[in-house]
Amino acid sequence: MDKLDTRSGALVAQGPAAVMGPGHNYATITDKIAAVPLKWGFPRFWIVGFVIAVAIVQLLAGSVTMLFAKGTGIWGINIPVGWGFAIINFVWWIGIGHAGTLISAILLLLKQQWRMSISRFAESMTLFAVMCALMFPVLHTGRPWLAAYWLLPYPNTMGIWPQPRSPLAWDVFAVSTYGTISAVFWYIGLIPDLATMRDQAKSKWAQTIYGMLALGWRGSARHWVHYEIASILLAGMSTPLVLSVHTVVSFDFATGLIPGWHATIFPPYFVAGAIYSGFAMVLTLAIPMRALYNMKDFITDWHLENMAKVMLATGLIVFYGYCMEAFMAWYSGNVWEMFMFKNRAFGPMGWSYWALILCNVAIPQLLWLKSARTNTIVLFFISIVINIGMWLERFVIVVTSLYRDFIPSSWGTYMPTRYDWGTYIGTIGVFLMMMLLFVRALPAMPMFELRLIMPKKGAKH
Amino acid sequence: MSKPLYGLMAEFENEHQLVHACERAYEEGYRKMDAYSPLPIEELHHALHIPDSPLPKFVFVGGLCGMMGGFGLLYWIANIEYPMNVGGRPWYSWPQFIPITFETTVLAAGLTTLISLVLLCGFPQPYHPVFNAPRFSQATRDRFFLCIEAEDPNFDMQRTRQFLSTLHPADVAEVEA
Repeated sequence: MDKLDTRSGALVAQGPAAVMGPGHNYATITDKIAAVPLKWGFPRFWIVGFVIAVAIVQLLAGSVTMLFAKGTGIWGINIPVGWGFAIINFVWWIGIGHAGTLISAILLLLKQQWRMSISRFAESMTLFAVMCALMFPVLHTGRPWLAAYWLLPYPNTMGIWPQPRSPLAWDVFAVSTYGTISAVFWYIGLIPDLATMRDQAKSKWAQTIYGMLALGWRGSARHWVHYEIASILLAGMSTPLVLSVHTVVSFDFATGLIPGWHATIFPPYFVAGAIYSGFAMVLTLAIPMRALYNMKDFITDWHLENMAKVMLATGLIVFYGYCMEAFMAWYSGNVWEMFMFKNRAFGPMGWSYWALILCNVAIPQLLWLKSARTNTIVLFFISIVINIGMWLERFVIVVTSLYRDFIPSSWGTYMPTRYDWGTYIGTIGVFLMMMLLFVRALPAMPMFELRLIMPKKGAKH
Repeated sequence: MSKPLYGLMAEFENEHQLVHACERAYEEGYRKMDAYSPLPIEELHHALHIPDSPLPKFVFVGGLCGMMGGFGLLYWIANIEYPMNVGGRPWYSWPQFIPITFETTVLAAGLTTLISLVLLCGFPQPYHPVFNAPRFSQATRDRFFLCIEAEDPNFDMQRTRQFLSTLHPADVAEVEA
């Protein structure tokens, strides 16, 4: 089915498992992808989507205004559940971002050709997801204008510094580095395509703007030498970086002494969960986009099926994590751990645990069936379910570990308020708005990389 | 010929013709030349005898600075400027400094990669003579170009044009400086 291209050492897919639709050459790839941002006006579905997204953003604006006026008391957090939606949503968004880096860095090092057409799209998703995630640590301070000296080490008149032994300080560095390096990787990947946009654009404005962003790229062989090594190095750096980010996020929990958090399984289980939710989000976005923009030649059914397989694999790792949590609660012989687990599954909030198992473990088992992996409607449904499931996972970890404290007299419950929901749903609006602006303004697929995987005509092997 | 000349630009239809043309031009003794392509071509690197990029060395130094800077900052905060007893741990509890040190290493190395790439390519460079070539906008779409520059000691309008035409180009054009 696949034959080895002796020149590049890469697999050239043939037959149904095609990396690209038939009949394309360098020119048609360029024209088709560049035409989307260059076409004058806005498609109707884009306007509808944008209006909805901006309307949702108003929820965020309203909730945040109330937050600044009144403080975090308007949220549902209280002792014993002092961590609520802010950390749940932060972890959820950061996790979603991980698929972008996995696709653009790890799959680049592994020479996976199917990553190319979805890489730009997924990297952009990473950037916007990190933006949404970063809002929560800043907002949860209640006074973001003071957050700078709580979060960042800089000399200030009070003479105080963040605590470098705390995972929360590690988190600030991990996430800000991740956001910065993702932006650098994304921009470097865009440079040759921005030059294509500059050369394809007809209007003076578009030529000027794309031309400035392209920095003067002209495809020189001398530049490509620097460019290729820069891409490989960034991929090599991003690979341990992306694994470190969710590891550090899991340290926020795992270094604490709370039963349900204090577990060595957390770092690998968090990283797998991050990739799981990230691929689900890529599918949630890519399936409608490829239909609306008629991009089925570039995001083929084979791409979707590969993503489904990654979801199945990471989903099983996540399931292993759930099993290990339960096993260790029993095997540790620790009464607090055992109580926590029983309470998590069968206590007053047990519904959230079983909803999580349904969304993250039971329904995704459909992905074993090839007919489910190749049916876009089923796949879209499963990807939404996994997004919900991964959000529930963070809800379960945060809330059900906290609300039954060591002393029954301090037991409480957790109920998010409308401001919690408004902030959370509002960030989904920000994410959708940014994605829509991205597909409108920039080439959604890396044209120069797609040229690389074209079957070469008259190639001497 | 009133305007100064930058060079002669030959256009090719595919990468194999371009690589072949570059090999031949190098054999002919041309050195001041460059190839332009819409995708990276590994063979061009060898055909034009382009030296390896020094970029990894810069990135290594950048990463090293990030590592030492990050670790130094944490050491200074935790030992000198703001020592705080956390559960009786030693002031110099270096294993707890590793995560941030790793992040600052990657941050500095990644930013060095971007800055080095931009500077090594001579960017930002909004104007370059090759953009004057009539069909050069296709170099970022589907065409392949070789430009032999007038500065090359072997360059001669007639002979160079004749040489380029033996390579089966789609077009040969003069490029104004």
